[in-house]
Amino acid sequence: MNYVPHTDRDRSEMLAQIGVSSIDELFSDVPAEVRLKRALRLPEPMSEYELARHMAALAKRNATTDDLVSFLGAGSYDHFVPSVVRHIVSRSEFYTAYTPYQAEISQGMLQAIFEYQTLMCELVAMDVSNASLYDGATAVAEAATMACRQARRQRVVVSRGVHPEYRATLKTYARNLGIEVVEAALSDGVTDLEDLDRVTSPATACVILQNPNFLGCVEHMDAAAEIAHASGALFVASVDPISLGVLAPPGEYGADIAVGEGQGLGSPMSYGGPYLGFLACRQELVRNMPGRVAGETRDPEGRRGYILTLQAREQHIRRERATSNICSNEALSALAAAVYLSWLGKSGIREVGELCLQKAHYAFDRITAIPGFRPASSAPFFKEFAVRMPVPPEEAGKALARSNILAGVPLGRFYPDLGDAMLIAVTEKRTKEEIDSFCRALEGLA
Amino acid sequence: MTMPLIFERSEAGRKAYSLPPCDVPKKDVTELLPGWALRKTPPALPEVGEVDLVRHYTKLSQRNHGVDVGFYPLGSCTMKYNPKVNEDAAALPGFTNLHPYEPEDLVQGALELMYELGRYLCEIGGMDEITLQPAAGAHGELTGLMIIRAYHESRGDGAKRTKVIVPDSAHGTNPASAAFCGYKVVEVKSDARGGVDLDSLRAVMSDEVAALMLTNPNTLGLFDENIVEIAKIVHEAGGLLYYDGANMNAIMGIARPGDMGFDVLHFNLHKTFSTPHGGGGPGSGPVAVKKALAPFLPVPVVDKKDGRFVLDYDRPQSIGKVKAFYGNFNVMVKAYAYIRALGARGLREASENAVLNANYLMRKLAPYYHLPYDRHCKHEFVLSAAHQLACGVHTADIAKMLLDYGFHAPTVYFPLIVREAIMVEPTETESKGTLDAFAAAMVEIARLAETNPEVLHSAPHKMVVGRLDDVTAARRPVLRWRQGEQASGDCGN
Repeated sequence: MNYVPHTDRDRSEMLAQIGVSSIDELFSDVPAEVRLKRALRLPEPMSEYELARHMAALAKRNATTDDLVSFLGAGSYDHFVPSVVRHIVSRSEFYTAYTPYQAEISQGMLQAIFEYQTLMCELVAMDVSNASLYDGATAVAEAATMACRQARRQRVVVSRGVHPEYRATLKTYARNLGIEVVEAALSDGVTDLEDLDRVTSPATACVILQNPNFLGCVEHMDAAAEIAHASGALFVASVDPISLGVLAPPGEYGADIAVGEGQGLGSPMSYGGPYLGFLACRQELVRNMPGRVAGETRDPEGRRGYILTLQAREQHIRRERATSNICSNEALSALAAAVYLSWLGKSGIREVGELCLQKAHYAFDRITAIPGFRPASSAPFFKEFAVRMPVPPEEAGKALARSNILAGVPLGRFYPDLGDAMLIAVTEKRTKEEIDSFCRALEGLA
Repeated sequence: MTMPLIFERSEAGRKAYSLPPCDVPKKDVTELLPGWALRKTPPALPEVGEVDLVRHYTKLSQRNHGVDVGFYPLGSCTMKYNPKVNEDAAALPGFTNLHPYEPEDLVQGALELMYELGRYLCEIGGMDEITLQPAAGAHGELTGLMIIRAYHESRGDGAKRTKVIVPDSAHGTNPASAAFCGYKVVEVKSDARGGVDLDSLRAVMSDEVAALMLTNPNTLGLFDENIVEIAKIVHEAGGLLYYDGANMNAIMGIARPGDMGFDVLHFNLHKTFSTPHGGGGPGSGPVAVKKALAPFLPVPVVDKKDGRFVLDYDRPQSIGKVKAFYGNFNVMVKAYAYIRALGARGLREASENAVLNANYLMRKLAPYYHLPYDRHCKHEFVLSAAHQLACGVHTADIAKMLLDYGFHAPTVYFPLIVREAIMVEPTETESKGTLDAFAAAMVEIARLAETNPEVLHSAPHKMVVGRLDDVTAARRPVLRWRQGEQASGDCGN
């Protein structure tokens, strides 16, 4: 199989038109010393049926969150994805398109992106949103470099409550740009505001907090924003979009840039990708914003249409002076988010948040009532919380997997002082019965 | 007729959603969260019914052109057919419903797929080790340059090597990625045959150069015949060679970047390996390296130990992470399926036919459009609208007119070294009939340029909107909808 439609006759007519006698001749400019003189060493080709069976067999060798009841979170969440989302993103007019460079023939995607931008602005309460970034981690890194350009400063303060993988990504990006990354400590599961104030200075370009933070705790975002602004630094909020029907959005506590991971908005967990990085900001920062953005305009007859705009920020125009090197983004995940948010609507976004909140608190109350299990923090939380436990979390995870439960994420790998703790996420999908059986399994360990 | 926005279809109190019940004892929200943590003003999300929602986005899809709708000869983007069986495979719950922090023992199928895909890509590229973590081509470039930087630093050479050389024909992402990696960008000229000018390269080469970034075949669609000499010049000065894999579709099974002397390369799974572009993404940009650079790959690397697939984080010299988790896994599933379906022979045939299609189309159009580099091209070719310019017709006019014929336009005004550039990449999956129809449209447009240039200036005429005003869009940006701020126009359906 190679999906090439040519017949031998097509090929000979085409070669005649070109004026060569073989396809080989077209490669005469490839020097002999760099030509591959053997076939590539790859498995034999497969028919479509063989391939489908092979792929199904590989898929079967994974335990899915349908087979097991999952309490895993930590940046990837088992939220419900309605059928409409899958059906719309499976429309091949959307998924087989490239970036909408030719606006008039790509109005569908452009309008969907414009709607996505508006939906995200509403959700995070900011003025403008870009068309997407790779994921939550790179969105944090991009926000930091954006803040450094804007503030003309080279130091970034990030709370240890920000996802450890996001902080790792931020550090990888920052190192080569000469940006110094300073971490602010946690205290009782939330950012230590005294420490935050201590490490923030007039040299700080931005202060980055996550809400709820990696441990699930709700941060004092307004106080952190004040600390940032007192030093003339921007305040960057990395947020869980699913929480924003319930929790205060970045725009309500004075954030300058809102970023985050949008996987929970209609994308499956897919073993870590593709996800959806979002970035929104205040109007004044728009020309420093990374990534693509769709804007409204008119045609000569005054009809409304959409077009990629403010491209003077981007790599294909600005080259080495661009605001970022990003080109391909996660447009299809952004489309999924637009459909999902429109499906939820004004009341659904609050309802899904409240369901997470109620179920997570029920689970928290039940688990922390088990002898030997205690909360890792007294801070308020949304859909995720950390508990210290009497058995090593890794071993508990293995034991529970045998009861078809994916227990939480062991925290020792990320926070050595939480070696006895596990991070437990409860989405709207979990039932009381599932939570109860999780608790019974945990009781069995104690 | 103006297409309404989803917000303009909103009707207070209407609902599409259906969520699981709250089957746990319910508490008051204010009992669970302090007042300061709560949202004050609810987000103004639209309120629509499910049927209206589905019709809205279905209508939008009908206002969009994809490979499944018609020819999409966008140069440098390799808009080949996206096999449906790969979509089916990637949609299997055994791939979509996996949490990235599941214990390795529970996801051996996923890890095996990633490991094997990595091995296949190394074989195709002639490289030794690989990371699948980068989410796109530009992300791969950035990752590759970070690896190069870490390599030089490990040899005590990092502070001195501050420059990255890119040809004047390079993709915009090359200089942008180099700058985003903290490098100074030095441009090198192209020669009369479209390759790197060797004298210019020698002139800029020094022990301050970290790497040369190159696409081969380059953005003119031409194979650089001097590649061995180029590699020698760069390596002798202690620099490394970076291969931009955007144009890999020309050479699979024919020549390998690793054998040409490249040290680092990124693949675009969404170009060469048939995964769909999704209207702008997601892509996937794995980065493969020669052995000497392997210690610097991002963590984790998928490895095989005692017959078991593992995520190896124990790599002390690693550059760290460039993204959360392990990369765009679901895209990898499709690329893996593609390679398994085609095998070595199929991949080689794909490249051969991509080159055949490009040369055929180039020869059919050469009598009507200026061909600045008249030699065999590889998978794509670059024309110039120089002849048409004499009639006052620009490349943009030609591009917009093509839309009326049902074709997406080629890449335009790129590469920058060709005036009024038109960059055409047909790919191997297009039939001779499609190529002939496209050529006929281009010939007709060339004729119109002489006889009726006005019709080109006002193109397109048959799209849902006419030529959109990009100048006003940039000067007075309207980047979101706001209630009541704009007249909604005729909101018919």
